[in-house]
Amino acid sequence: MKSKTIRRWSFIHTWTSLICTVFLLLLALTGLPLIFHHEIEHLLGDAPQVREMPADTPRLNLAQLVEAAEKHRPGEVVQYFGFEDDEPNAVLTIMAKTAGTEPNSSHTFMLDARTGEALETPSANGGLMLFILRLHVDMFAGLPGKLLLAFMGLLFVVAIISGTVLYLPFMRRLQFGTVRQDKSTRLRWLDLHNLIGVVTLTWALVVGVTGVISACADLLIAAWRNDTLSAMVAPYRDAPPLTRLAPATRLLDIARDVAPGMNPDFIAFPGTRFSSEHHYSVFMKGGTHLTSHLLTPVLIDASTLQVTAVAERPWYMDAMGMSQPLHFGDYGGMPMKILWATLDVLTIIVLGSGVYLWVVRRKAAKPLPLEAAA
Amino acid sequence: MKPRQSNFWKVFSTPLVIALLSAAGLFSALLGDGIWDALSWVGLGVPAFLAIKGLLRRG
Repeated sequence: MKSKTIRRWSFIHTWTSLICTVFLLLLALTGLPLIFHHEIEHLLGDAPQVREMPADTPRLNLAQLVEAAEKHRPGEVVQYFGFEDDEPNAVLTIMAKTAGTEPNSSHTFMLDARTGEALETPSANGGLMLFILRLHVDMFAGLPGKLLLAFMGLLFVVAIISGTVLYLPFMRRLQFGTVRQDKSTRLRWLDLHNLIGVVTLTWALVVGVTGVISACADLLIAAWRNDTLSAMVAPYRDAPPLTRLAPATRLLDIARDVAPGMNPDFIAFPGTRFSSEHHYSVFMKGGTHLTSHLLTPVLIDASTLQVTAVAERPWYMDAMGMSQPLHFGDYGGMPMKILWATLDVLTIIVLGSGVYLWVVRRKAAKPLPLEAAA
Repeated sequence: MKPRQSNFWKVFSTPLVIALLSAAGLFSALLGDGIWDALSWVGLGVPAFLAIKGLLRRG
């Protein structure tokens, strides 16, 4: 590599890193407790305890659950029902003043699927973990915050790529894994920066790219509404708004009939951003381990309960679905979470040592008259 | 002086193996539980172990 080429890559690496470092430190630090949010909520006593009942206890149907939800929060409407594999006896419920209310103003809780009893999930509506989550997702700045973080994520990816290019000239005369201990603190940290940076490369790239995709989720959902959804519900464009909804009782059976082999993930009620004004959308997930992250919406007319369409999934919605596990690290048990946290801390060390190396080199590059005088 | 090509492989062969291991680790747990999870622990464990080894070694 010519020295001019090295200088160019070095310039790219220095400035993309420096610009994104503060934000990446924020993301890495807030991300650390979020890896263990499930465990922390249990420790704080914020996780709802679903009552033990005989396994064959009959379950309420969806219309009865809607009724129970409306009784629990009078004056509000159900936006979403979510189904979780590890808690089959509870239905995650999200309610708000209107179906179109934005997510941060909604109220989340659980309904016992057998009794209709409401179980509060305080950590989903406020408290420390939600505060950390908001810092991580948008820094309390809404869409502009998310897009800023997405841009910082892109800079991070460029920093990783340029860093990998620079790894070659730096390591040409060194064995892999060399950490020079006896020369100077700067050389030791330079070697560590190179070593830790290069071994965590794949993980950092994957978590970075999937983070950028997740940060763009609002835009992706808007794009999906614009092309896929609006084409499917085109015949309803001039239909009058619904005054009453057909009962939700059989929604899951209807969806299962047209999407065999798939399982329900969540239901978006009419008027929410995952549905139209005139439809229930039942989002079905694939039946295998891999496809369980990919969602297929079934649109069901909310007055006749006829299936309007089983939507094709555009590629960007699949990318969004696959990004979630790959960003959260929650798909391989506790050992994976611990490794995720370890790699996160190692990334913090790479970021910190990068700043240190930049400061030291700047000091070395020019004389410091002020310091000499002091 | 050696040709540049051999330089490239000398420097990048080990990191490439580690990168492929991590990628396999990230992907395998998406495919199933049990053995697939265990594979992902190995794939992600190797880079974590090498990094920590470098940090802890003091001359």
